[in-house]
Amino acid sequence: MSTIKEKEQEVIEEFALFDDWMDKYNYLIELGKSVPKIDDQYKEEKYLISGCQAQVWLHARYEDGRVYYTADSDALITKGIVALLIRVLSGQPPADIVDAEMTFIDEIGLKEHLSQTRSNGLLNMIKQMKLYALAFQKSKN
Amino acid sequence: MPINADAIRKNFPILETEINKRPLIYFDNAATTQKPLVVLERLRYYYENENSNIHRGAHYLSHIATEAYEAARNNLRRFINAGESHEIIFTRGTTEAINLVANSFSKKFVNEGDEILISTMEHHSNIVPWQIACQEHGAKLRVIPINDKGELDMEAYDGILSDKTRLVAVTHVSNALGTINPVEELVKKAHEKNIPVLIDGAQAAPHLHIDVQQIDCDFYCFSGHKMYGPMGVGVLYGKEEWLNQLPPYQGGGEMIKEVTFEKTTYNELPFKFEAGTPNVADVLGLDAAVSFILDAGLDNIAAHEQQLHDYTVEQLRKLEKVRFIGTAKQKTSVVSFLFEDIHPYDTGTILDKLGVAVRTGHHCAQPLMDFYGIPGTVRASFAAYNTQEEIDKMIEGLQKVREMFG
Ligand SMILES: Cc1ncc(COP(=O)(O)O)c(C=O)c1O
Repeated sequence: MSTIKEKEQEVIEEFALFDDWMDKYNYLIELGKSVPKIDDQYKEEKYLISGCQAQVWLHARYEDGRVYYTADSDALITKGIVALLIRVLSGQPPADIVDAEMTFIDEIGLKEHLSQTRSNGLLNMIKQMKLYALAFQKSKN
Repeated sequence: MPINADAIRKNFPILETEINKRPLIYFDNAATTQKPLVVLERLRYYYENENSNIHRGAHYLSHIATEAYEAARNNLRRFINAGESHEIIFTRGTTEAINLVANSFSKKFVNEGDEILISTMEHHSNIVPWQIACQEHGAKLRVIPINDKGELDMEAYDGILSDKTRLVAVTHVSNALGTINPVEELVKKAHEKNIPVLIDGAQAAPHLHIDVQQIDCDFYCFSGHKMYGPMGVGVLYGKEEWLNQLPPYQGGGEMIKEVTFEKTTYNELPFKFEAGTPNVADVLGLDAAVSFILDAGLDNIAAHEQQLHDYTVEQLRKLEKVRFIGTAKQKTSVVSFLFEDIHPYDTGTILDKLGVAVRTGHHCAQPLMDFYGIPGTVRASFAAYNTQEEIDKMIEGLQKVREMFG
């Protein structure tokens, strides 16, 4: 299975194909429509990462030394970015997730979505993904 | 006289900004307006020529700065037609003005079992300070409901007003809906029961003629930065008889008459409520903003904005699945809407890419969004410098959004 870095590189190469921001956002919207939706039972307060503008739900599961995430958002563009985050981090060992720098978001030109002012839950989502990984890592030792 | 938006724009250097090689279209004026050169120059002039601490020291600079500051107070008095200059208290903004009243008024007049009355369409700034005060004094927060159009239910208001009500705090204009509330009627009804009224004028000051004596409200609050002035300055108007009865909000320099370690006697109005060194530069900037508004003509600005509002609504109606939030009969130039099938955040993101700055989200009015059962809206709010061509570009952007999201 590819490492986080390899997956990030994959995404960067994919995004290099887009000529302009519109293609990029159309792709995000498509991704948003196809993201594996979170199980309805997890779409509740406990799993909610709230932002002032858009909401994100995140669930994590630990299996055979790897962390698996599912997530959802009420906004499609956010959901598209959520899908990218999951693609890169899901199925990886907790230690790697904790250390992941996630620079690909910047490289594909979506960094603005992770700013505080967007308040769309994404920044906290990454934090939360890492916290889950950290917790699984601890419980393992 | 219709205003010439193109000429007005020349006074706002920031409007020349480009975003993704497109000219900035700034439709987030209800959050904060841009600042004209006269305001920027006033700030600079103060620091270059007048800077000194006021009301103290007998030197030349202190003298001219104090004069300018007090002249600004009088101009602000005239702007809202208050009776006395000392009824104008400078604050950090609307939020601080409301907190001042919530704190000082409640300390003296709110007790266990009392009620404070607000409305469903309040900004968090006019909810939370009252919530805190209610918690502190064992009082209850009551809420005037609204109808689907976003208008206050005045019949319900009659029913909720009671001899338990200690104060009514309602917004003049809703930031999320644009609704202009019938403040005179609200005040009249409360006064029949001897209940004082605070009006949150943050969204009214840039658009409406405000006459606090005609409204007859007991407190009126607004922010400089929403009316072409600087951030960090605002006004609390309070009737003299009320301000005199309220205990001070903050202690410090300026607000005292005499201090010993045993006891302090407080200065008179307005200084009793202006503890510490005030924000002189921004007060002068706000004064310049008032001149800017008066020079352009408040009626002219309002007529221009109304035209932009009506044009926007007309154009939006041609798009599919647009839901308007806030369709009150009396409205300022705020258009709050969403596509029924597209999250406001998605709409806002695409508009941003196209250089159009609108506000998306709950507009610091979550209870109101809950009322409509929506996550938020897209809000375009207009100012003197906006043009019809800009609206056309926003509409083009929204057509693009429709294409992209199906
Ligand atoms: C209706 C209303 N009240 C109060 C406020 C708070 O104003 P400020 O943040 O300037 O204190 C705002 C600003 O968004 C507002 O729109």
